Amino acid sequence: MTCSEFLALLDDLIDDSVTSEMRADLQEHLRGCEHCEVTLSTTRKTIEIYRSHEIYDMPAGLRERLHAAIMARCKKGC
Amino acid sequence: MATIQPIAGENEQHPDVALVERVRAGDVSAYDTLVRKYDRQIFRIAQHITQNREDAEDVMQDAFLKAYEKLDQFQGNSKFYTWLVRIAVNESLMRLRKRRTGKMVSIDEDIETDEGSVPRDLADWAPDPEQNYTQSELASILEKTIKGLPPGFKVVFELRDVQGLSTEDTAEALGLSVPAVKSRLLRARLQLRERLSRYFRKKKGSKQVGLKEVRKSDLL
Repeated sequence: MTCSEFLALLDDLIDDSVTSEMRADLQEHLRGCEHCEVTLSTTRKTIEIYRSHEIYDMPAGLRERLHAAIMARCKKGC
Repeated sequence: MATIQPIAGENEQHPDVALVERVRAGDVSAYDTLVRKYDRQIFRIAQHITQNREDAEDVMQDAFLKAYEKLDQFQGNSKFYTWLVRIAVNESLMRLRKRRTGKMVSIDEDIETDEGSVPRDLADWAPDPEQNYTQSELASILEKTIKGLPPGFKVVFELRDVQGLSTEDTAEALGLSVPAVKSRLLRARLQLRERLSRYFRKKKGSKQVGLKEVRKSDLL
């Protein structure tokens, strides 16, 4: 397996949607390729960091404003 | 953090459908429940596309109001959240068009870039590299890093990796094909990884004895 072939399957590997046979091939490639090993581990870490640190916090009071707007719209006709 | 849960089983009714039915029957408080469940996620999507806090606030409000008004058009064959995302994405794009004085903006644009398709920065990262930064520094790094990606990449990454939607639901919410979602996701992941490497790569001279052996065995 070449690095390009590994890269083409990177998402499937991260999303755990590879067959056991394919997984063995990928593992074999990783054993001899430090570059792909780093790409895999740091891509996983990238996802993990974005998942565990919410960006763009909602401004305080926005939820209340939205609630008031829905209520106002509702009074007009619902 | 909250993620969007998939439907538990084929025959089980999604809790959102029950809430929608209550709203249709005149119970406005049920709509409040839906708003509170999804407002943060919708705000983030709007912020990703518009890149402007005020616009994102307006988009969020308009999207929920529009969804409320169009609730009769919501078909139970799609999930409420994917339907809502579609409304929010359209509102965001319209807002962006206004700012760019009518220039066409779509979730399909800017996909010709090759950036990140081949990893260039191959330096390993420090263990738990985010711990080298304060919360506000990290937030700024993460925002700055994702900001430069094309809108279609950012939203696909947000829906798939941050919010945990399936590829199929992401495709439906964005009006894209499944292969298009997959291709954007791979490139978004690789571009973000490449850009974050600047901040998270191991500093020269730091000791990492034993780390490699542990991590390699955990990779697969």
